[in-house]
Amino acid sequence: MRKLLFKSLVLGPLTEPAPAASEEALAELAARVNEVSRRRLGRSLSIREVDAGSCNGCELEIHALNNILYDLERFGLRFVASPRHADVLLVTGPVTANMREALERTYRATPDPKWVVAVGDCARDGGVFSGSYACVGGVSAVLPVDLHIPGCPPSPTALLRGLIALLESTA
Amino acid sequence: MAALNDILSSGEPVPRHAPWPRAVVSRGAWQQAAGRLQAGEWSLLALWGDAWGDASGERGFAHMAVLEAATAQCAVLSVACDGNRFPSVGRVHAPAIRLERAMRDLLGLEPEGLEDARPWLDHGRWGSAHPLGAAQGSSARQYAFLPAEGHSLHQIPVGPVHAGIIEPGHFRFTANGETVVRLEERLGYVHKGTESLMAGASLEHGAVLAGRVSGDSTVAFSLAFSRAAEAALSVEPPPRAIWLRALLAELERLANHFGDIGAVCNDAAFSIMHAQCGWLREQVLRVAESGFGHRLMMDRVVPGGTLCDLSPGAAKAVLGLVAKLRTRFPDLVELYENTSSLKDRTVGTGVLSPALAQRFAAGGYVGRASGRTFDARRTPGYAPYDSLSFEVPVVQAGDVNARVWIRIGEVGQSLAIVESIVAGLPAGAVRVEMPASHAEGDREGVALVEGFRGDVLAWVRIGADGRIQRCHLRDPSWFQWPLLEAAIEGNIVADFPLCNKSFNCSYSGHDL
Repeated sequence: MRKLLFKSLVLGPLTEPAPAASEEALAELAARVNEVSRRRLGRSLSIREVDAGSCNGCELEIHALNNILYDLERFGLRFVASPRHADVLLVTGPVTANMREALERTYRATPDPKWVVAVGDCARDGGVFSGSYACVGGVSAVLPVDLHIPGCPPSPTALLRGLIALLESTA
Repeated sequence: MAALNDILSSGEPVPRHAPWPRAVVSRGAWQQAAGRLQAGEWSLLALWGDAWGDASGERGFAHMAVLEAATAQCAVLSVACDGNRFPSVGRVHAPAIRLERAMRDLLGLEPEGLEDARPWLDHGRWGSAHPLGAAQGSSARQYAFLPAEGHSLHQIPVGPVHAGIIEPGHFRFTANGETVVRLEERLGYVHKGTESLMAGASLEHGAVLAGRVSGDSTVAFSLAFSRAAEAALSVEPPPRAIWLRALLAELERLANHFGDIGAVCNDAAFSIMHAQCGWLREQVLRVAESGFGHRLMMDRVVPGGTLCDLSPGAAKAVLGLVAKLRTRFPDLVELYENTSSLKDRTVGTGVLSPALAQRFAAGGYVGRASGRTFDARRTPGYAPYDSLSFEVPVVQAGDVNARVWIRIGEVGQSLAIVESIVAGLPAGAVRVEMPASHAEGDREGVALVEGFRGDVLAWVRIGADGRIQRCHLRDPSWFQWPLLEAAIEGNIVADFPLCNKSFNCSYSGHDL
């Protein structure tokens, strides 16, 4: 392990520079985030991820946000294990009929003020799964959505740009 | 002892089913087949229902895909479900139980003799029962977990929303102190009705849906679907496409194995491996993005070939990636092997016996860590793997450590395969047109593809108009999830994440 740690020291950090906040996301958020909640939160948001029916493609890219190249936590954004600790619900997937109640209960367990970010094309409107007997549709069919991050799946950079926009409008 | 060929010839062969034979057999022959599975002479590859009826349209069919070990022959057997009933296979062969419960939920086909009357995918929230069959009524919402009785037992319900960034599912633990006495899984939360969306879809759209059955196996699923469709319509994709598909499949295997090796170590609180492996995974995804236009290589494999080619620049990037991975990965393997605190967590944890792995025909690293040598690239085998030399690592121990080592071994093999593919890639086109329609009526095809997690099966029936009538996609997780319940028994609750990650079953692929 020592050898590896030394090598890493010599190599320097692998983390990449931060991307700019997404313009579209800033525009979408401007309408939704109010001054009061901005003051209450400061520059830090805790995120609870909820897979409400995704194919797990979005989860793979959300996972990548935590790797050393994207390093989400340097922005004051971090994933938490419980909705009770969260400010933001990051929801993926066309909401399936079987997950609807779990998603609603997760939302109710999240303290106010809270934001819902719908990640991926399925979370917008059901994507390729819209029209299925087993899907309710996009996340907005169940919860009020503050921000959409499109993509199938969105790249970690696209996710970062969206989340940084959320941070900038809430901070 | 009836061999597979005897049972096939006792039935009525179905024309235009490729490449394996399919026969409609009697109920007696179906029960004999269940007996061969029970005896361990055959492996169950898939079991699914089909509302497709005879001329009157009043009965469905149950199909099973099997592999006979002695002859390495694969076939599909079908039995008519008069009165929507068929003899249960799960009654004598446990791996079929959940598949039959799903058939009952989706099509209303009743497996006669199946003890477990509970639903599986249907949580009573679809609005109507049997969405793939003649839809009628709605089903119940209550679900009785299996009882566990005794002094000092307590239950721990977990999920469907888990603590990490993972898919939803419910785990019901019964524990005695720290020790797990029983784990019962309840899945189906991410059931999206993919097979109903397949019905009536074009092949093009079918490939898009297949690519979203399980995002981590998007190449494997779109490859299985494409090969099944090509088999049905007797289309031979160009050699270059066949090789390119294998390149994408191996890159997918590499990316997932790096992710898994890191994540298993992370669940043992050894985060440096997670950080390093995450970096390796990212390198693979970036080469995929720059070379093929999508980090996960979604929608690149289509019926008829591929939608991407390998430019000379991309070939160089792929070889550069192999060189980089070969330099960095051995240090991590050494670190894994020499860190006793980490090995203390993985060795002897979550042991899956070879007998169970064999009985459930567990694919991928789950099977190969427990002595099952099966690899779909070898048996039944498909191009271009027949002309590539590679080894299939197999160990017997069956613990978390063994499942990590199989992945480490497979990383080495995939790197070599990637190199040989880039070196031997045939020239020419990467895609042929699929026929828009055909004259002979329904045509059926089946394919088995080795994804990173194990063998993926796709079966498709295409109508004369070129549209999909029925498509069944079977994720390897169907035969791995039940084994996780067995592997965790007697372990401590705190080791469950470690065991679960070492299996890394797909929820979405299973729930479909």
